[in-house]
Amino acid sequence: MKVIKIDKKNWAEGLKRLADKFPLFGPVQKDEFHIFKELHKDELPDLSLQNTRLSPKSVVYPQSETLFEYTLDEKQADHHILKEIDKDYLPRAVVGIRPCDAKAFLLVKRNFDTPEYKDPYWIKAYQAVTLIGYACNTPCSNCFCTTAGCGPFHEEGLDVLLVDAADHYLAQIMSEKGEKFITAAGWDTSAGANDLREQVQTLKQAAETKITARVSTDKLKDKDTTALFEASFWEDVAFACINCGTCTYACPTCWCFDIQDETFGSSGIRIRNWDSCMYPLFTHHGSGHNPRDMKMQRVRQRFMHKLKYYVDKYANGIQCVGCGRCIRLCPVNIDIRKVCDLMNSFES
Amino acid sequence: MQNPYLPYPVRIEEIITETEDKNLKTFKLVFINPEDEEKFKYQAGQFAELSVAGKGEIPIGIASSPTEKGFLMFTVNKVGLVTSCLHNMKAGDIMGVRGPLGNWYPWDIMEGKNVVIIGGGFAFTTLRSSIIYMLDPANRPKFKDIHVIYGARTPGMLLYRDELAEWEKRDDINMHITVDATDDPNWKYNIGFVPTITDQKAPPGNPDTYAIVCGPPIMIKFTQPVLDTLDYAHDHIIMSLEMRMKCGIGICGRCNIGKEYVCKDGPVFTLDQLNNMPKEY
Repeated sequence: MKVIKIDKKNWAEGLKRLADKFPLFGPVQKDEFHIFKELHKDELPDLSLQNTRLSPKSVVYPQSETLFEYTLDEKQADHHILKEIDKDYLPRAVVGIRPCDAKAFLLVKRNFDTPEYKDPYWIKAYQAVTLIGYACNTPCSNCFCTTAGCGPFHEEGLDVLLVDAADHYLAQIMSEKGEKFITAAGWDTSAGANDLREQVQTLKQAAETKITARVSTDKLKDKDTTALFEASFWEDVAFACINCGTCTYACPTCWCFDIQDETFGSSGIRIRNWDSCMYPLFTHHGSGHNPRDMKMQRVRQRFMHKLKYYVDKYANGIQCVGCGRCIRLCPVNIDIRKVCDLMNSFES
Repeated sequence: MQNPYLPYPVRIEEIITETEDKNLKTFKLVFINPEDEEKFKYQAGQFAELSVAGKGEIPIGIASSPTEKGFLMFTVNKVGLVTSCLHNMKAGDIMGVRGPLGNWYPWDIMEGKNVVIIGGGFAFTTLRSSIIYMLDPANRPKFKDIHVIYGARTPGMLLYRDELAEWEKRDDINMHITVDATDDPNWKYNIGFVPTITDQKAPPGNPDTYAIVCGPPIMIKFTQPVLDTLDYAHDHIIMSLEMRMKCGIGICGRCNIGKEYVCKDGPVFTLDQLNNMPKEY
């Protein structure tokens, strides 16, 4: 694995060269918050932030996405037939994604790319991106990534990991896509040296020691699902919840969606939108029956999915990367770390 | 990459009003591209997403049998946006079908066994598919005794009445049709709720006998103790569940019971499996 040094003086110039070749996405400030968006020419990703309020999952999985189009005009030969539309899956790069958000794509991939069914929209969009990660020298105060299968310098899912080292970036190249990206930017790839790797290691250790919040997940797998489901603590956990759904929208690993048709005059589109298990309509049957009509059931579903069902289904850890967004943004201070510990230490 | 969200275009060939309240209609659909029928190879017990452009999709059990060629059949209860629109459509209209989806009744396991079908109300659709499938001359020898206990509120609420009458005449299937109540003096079948008739007519449970139970929650709730009394093992009681669904392929996230998705890992589960899953359905 090669580590190169990019002088910050050459940063903007390199990105400009890249922007001529393919679209770049990055964090920029919009009103009070940072968001990930496509950078227009001469716009640089703002790397001064800790992390964006919403995760960059929308770059691969837009909040609202057209699946098909149709016409209801009976004069057209193909009326009432759904048709695929052309979509842009040309290469693009996300610059400045945090390691947790990049790892999140790998967790979500297990849902969209299965042996039985492949979601073409998610898979093609994911294949199109090069992910240029930005290591967290100063992690957020409620991050708990180091005990959630991730870390401030975590490499999984990234093509390049950038590390801020005062007047330069250290760029650790981890894939062919990453190599291409660095070459296209014109940054000197011959400057790799062993001491740079050591520098990365030193900064990594410094960052990891700053993360003091932890979760215990070791016993989740062996818990009995139905006993955990019926545990008495769920009413307490859910008591303050107002079912606003913020946690699900902010979460980089939440993937649920709804499918709707929208008609304008005689033509229309079938779209999918992010949905949320926090809403009663999510599971409301046509008959009126609703298996999760109480908020406790919905709160329980969210945590059981992330911390038990996912763990059992994929045998690959929890469906959480420890980014801390749901903790920071929850209006009533529900804390997934506490819920995780309750579940992990539960004795029936 | 094949797009699993894209429905096959179909034409409505025929619409049959099934019940006296006119709330249940059967739609006979024909593929517009004949090669799509080849791709739509299904088993009795599976479902599909019916798609109406401009309205959306609904998951509905397949009522036709894989042994019936050239069309698909779905019986739809009018409850919401898409079903109401469907009920107002006419023969010749174009719509879509996506599937087949989900698992099916365990036909391989039931081979060489007695099969007891217990159905209530409009949950009889995939059971019709199953009966037609088992009665097919190529398949009938694969099964021992077949019993069907099917009930509705009134005679006019029974689905597929002509076929029920045909099956009554046969000697290779034991029909036990029932209604909750009727003032029809010509009614010659049973009167009583499905659990009661099950208690009276169903053969006792044994390793060679499987029960397939489909019906409203209240029927299932009272039928289960009867099957317990009759000594049916819980892995010999097969049920089909319903859930609100969107994608139908285990991706959109709403129809789970524990880690299982009803759309992809179900809708067919044994009672034994359900006993080990959270009670959230």
